Amino acid sequence: MTLEMTSGVGGAAGESFVPVKIKPIRPREFKRSDIIVLGAAGLAAYCITWILFDQLTLLSGQLGFVLFCVGFFLGLYWVVNRQLFTRQVAVDRFVAALMTLGALAMFIPLLLLVVFVVARGWNLLSAHVFVATQKGVSELSPVGKAGVAHAIVGTLEQVGLAALIGVPAAVLTAIFINEIGGRFTRTIRVVVTAMSGTPAIVAGIFIYAIWIATFHQGYSGFAGALALAVLLLPTVTRGTEEVLKVVHQDLREASIALAAPEWRTVWSVVLPTARSGLVTSVLLGVAVSIGETAPLLMTVFGNKLMNSNPFNGPQAALPLMAYQQIKLPLQADIDLGYTAALVLFLLVFTLFIVARLLAGGRRRTPGFAALRSRIVNSSLGATEIEQDGFADTPIASYPPSTSTDERDQR
Amino acid sequence: MSAGSLPTSGPRPVMVTSRGGGAENLRHEGKMSISVKETSGAAVAKPLLISTRRSPQDRLFRGVSRTAGLTTLLILVLIGLFLALQSRLAFQTMGWAFFTNTGWVTTGPHPQFGVLSALTGTLIISGIAMFVAVPVALACALFINEFAPRQVLGFFPLKNFLTAMVDLMAAVPSIIFGMWGFFVLQPSMKGLSRWLSDYLGFIPFFKTSDTPIYTSSFLIAGTLVGIMVMPIVTSLSREVFSLTPVAEREGAMSLGASRARVIRDVVFPFSKGGMVGAIMLGLGRALGEAIAVAIIISLTFQPSIHVTQAGGNSIAALIAFRFGSGGPIGLSGLLAAGLVLFVITLAINLVAARIVNRSKMGG
Amino acid sequence: MTLTNDSAKSSRSSFAAAGGLDSIHGEAGEIVANGVHAWFGKRLVLENVNLVMEHQKVTALIGPSGCGKSTFLRIMNRMHETIPGAQLAGEVRLNGINIYDPSERAASARRHIGMVFQRPNPFPAMSIQENVLAGLRFNKIKTSKTSDIVEESLTKAGLWNEVKNRLSEPGGGLSGGQQQRLCIARGLAVKPSVLLMDEPCSALDPTSTRRIEQTIKEISHEVTVVIVTHNMQQAIRVSDYCAFFLAAENEPGRIVEAGSTTQIFEAPVDPRTDDYVNGRFG
Repeated sequence: MTLEMTSGVGGAAGESFVPVKIKPIRPREFKRSDIIVLGAAGLAAYCITWILFDQLTLLSGQLGFVLFCVGFFLGLYWVVNRQLFTRQVAVDRFVAALMTLGALAMFIPLLLLVVFVVARGWNLLSAHVFVATQKGVSELSPVGKAGVAHAIVGTLEQVGLAALIGVPAAVLTAIFINEIGGRFTRTIRVVVTAMSGTPAIVAGIFIYAIWIATFHQGYSGFAGALALAVLLLPTVTRGTEEVLKVVHQDLREASIALAAPEWRTVWSVVLPTARSGLVTSVLLGVAVSIGETAPLLMTVFGNKLMNSNPFNGPQAALPLMAYQQIKLPLQADIDLGYTAALVLFLLVFTLFIVARLLAGGRRRTPGFAALRSRIVNSSLGATEIEQDGFADTPIASYPPSTSTDERDQR
Repeated sequence: MSAGSLPTSGPRPVMVTSRGGGAENLRHEGKMSISVKETSGAAVAKPLLISTRRSPQDRLFRGVSRTAGLTTLLILVLIGLFLALQSRLAFQTMGWAFFTNTGWVTTGPHPQFGVLSALTGTLIISGIAMFVAVPVALACALFINEFAPRQVLGFFPLKNFLTAMVDLMAAVPSIIFGMWGFFVLQPSMKGLSRWLSDYLGFIPFFKTSDTPIYTSSFLIAGTLVGIMVMPIVTSLSREVFSLTPVAEREGAMSLGASRARVIRDVVFPFSKGGMVGAIMLGLGRALGEAIAVAIIISLTFQPSIHVTQAGGNSIAALIAFRFGSGGPIGLSGLLAAGLVLFVITLAINLVAARIVNRSKMGG
Repeated sequence: MTLTNDSAKSSRSSFAAAGGLDSIHGEAGEIVANGVHAWFGKRLVLENVNLVMEHQKVTALIGPSGCGKSTFLRIMNRMHETIPGAQLAGEVRLNGINIYDPSERAASARRHIGMVFQRPNPFPAMSIQENVLAGLRFNKIKTSKTSDIVEESLTKAGLWNEVKNRLSEPGGGLSGGQQQRLCIARGLAVKPSVLLMDEPCSALDPTSTRRIEQTIKEISHEVTVVIVTHNMQQAIRVSDYCAFFLAAENEPGRIVEAGSTTQIFEAPVDPRTDDYVNGRFG
């Protein structure tokens, strides 16, 4: 057996060779030659489709072009890979290409959507738009006279009221389920989970039937807020419950050991620890409410004028206004709808960024998607994720533990 | 070292004695700190009964929380009950025909209405939506989790970015999707609809009448709803995929499995339940979508499976179109339709839960 | 019995090297590391490791924890690169073929260089029989003699008698020691040239440990075994050759000394080896 002594032997530990610059590599599965194959297949597919569509004009249409191009590409890619490599490798490559195309099919519509909203609405934005309403605007008015201020006010008030009503109730319910428990815990959890799938329109018609048709309260921002609260309540309850579950039991026990009363434990220990997750959970509920049009159709009804009193009379709202405006015949009206939509989108986007920043600050707190998925998986009985703390990849601890960091990296 | 045998005797009497002598000698040996009587099984210690007396502030706290919890429960149950109660009028007027009638005349001397066309429409739209959404969503989730490089160009966090993008897409309001669908998607799909009905028209699905209009159709509405639902399914599936235990993955990789093989044989079996949950959640969302559908379709009450031509219906859209009209019977009818939708969504959730739970028992 | 997958039969273009890993047919092989370095991100964790692991012999990698033994092991079957941010340098040659050659696929290397992990990881969704045959399935190795293979592998792993009547029960239902032996059987079923074992007994009870040590000695005629172990007595019992790894504080891991087991434990050359095998540290 060849015995090769490496550096450090024969002298004091730490004495080493003159270090030669060794370059680290990361072995690549997808080499340059594979990229060429990919490009070639794509180009060939495009050419074939071009011939088919534009030269022979057997078919036409943008969407059709794309679909045929993709189809040819996949076929060609498979054939070429099968020629070059074993079946296993060819299957692997083909699947990778397929999955990539799937991802593109998801993200391209998103891109088109954002471009659409921004492009159509951007020119119409101005400072004026944020302060004016549709007061006094008719078919004969100059373009740009109307604004969306009434809708902004309406949306903010409705969502604000909904949060005011829904969030404390949701948090208290979650505290009840998680911290206090009791005979009704399971029932409440089951019912809350079942209700979190309620279609928005059902919540809307429900409030309409009770508040407006039965109690004859008339359309108002408050009615809309009630409908939104019904939608918000289950989501925020489950989200808060999930976040509270993650708080280590050790913390509660430490607080109890210090003879703190129960409410103190919850208020001073559990809630602050879960603070970022709570915020995410609330923001998730709010994000759900802001964009809902259907329940507002039949509760706030819409208004061309500013109505800043949510308790009296119909109000406008951004999504509702957009919906109503684009059904009108005049381009000026449709443009106003685009404006409302863009403002709404910017609002949601800002909310999203804020939630993302808050969640990203501390690794433990989940973002929207993680929270939503944890809610679903938990309510469907999935096993709990043990959230370990943030961990580097230390040398000594091998195999690497499934810490949050590790999971994010994979 | 004995050959790996463990002491096999059963429970033995616990006896700590000083040298020599049985239990009787114990009381003379003051040096031993403890001596335990031989447990004969007769004299067994009884556990102490501990009672909790809570302070008034704790009782108040508990009371308030419990009230909140019960109130939530109550409210949510009331919704279901209220829907049921208020639909009574509709069922009284129409009886079982409510489920078989297709028209929607709720005023006048002979109201005739039923939920059938809306129901079939809902199912068709959701079916198309799932057909479009599920493959793309699962492919995207697999791409993000299994194939996407973690970082691009050395610093750009691709995976996190893509996950955030999916999230953003899920947060976009449905009205915006609706507008995009109406102004962008519909014109592009007109050509596709025509191609489908021209070349695949022998399939009844794609057949159209003699002078077809290719817009405002089930196909377009269904595709739009599918696009709306994709991000939900993607983000949930991706979460589940990322929870696959590393040990199982490494076990398969160490046997020479390629990436696709690891996905098929390790990730999928593990994630079956979660995937079903994600798809069911997406389905629930698709069933209840009102605005996007309302923007696209033109409301008709003839149930048809010709998805490429104009005309359609769905319970959610019906409610959106017809609320406020039709008088008390009309309202009751809409509530009854809403109840049907609500029950369907509930049933989907429960079925999903059962499937997930059952899949867990095997593993 | 030799097992081939269809790669050996299908035509290969000049894109892939002629021969290469796919021409190996499962005899015990010799695996050599030349100048192996390893990084996690920017941090060097293994420096200039050179080691020959002779065929049909058992080589033990010993040393205190955190010296990179497991990292080195994972470099040998190209599992190191599955860690995000991990990098390496150097060569690893199986019967002369460099597994890190750009024309070689990672999956081919892993097919011929199997691994048993520290914690048993049978596939819970598969039965015992399916677990043993999993490697064959993954590599699309077609054979009609599945039950023979199952019996042969389980016998070599010392598990046959205990499970022969319940082959269709789920793999997760066995005890820890049985699960580990199942993983060994699974690894053996594809007839690898080398079997890497990363502290395979550290999570097990003494009885299972001894059974597995017995297995290691029995299989070493057909498979070269490289085993990482913390337990020096185990190294003495089981291995023919030893390599002693050490990482000084804030330094990457290196091999301090390597030689036959008798020599390392009875007449170590380096004082640090002497200290370690006599229990003065580690």
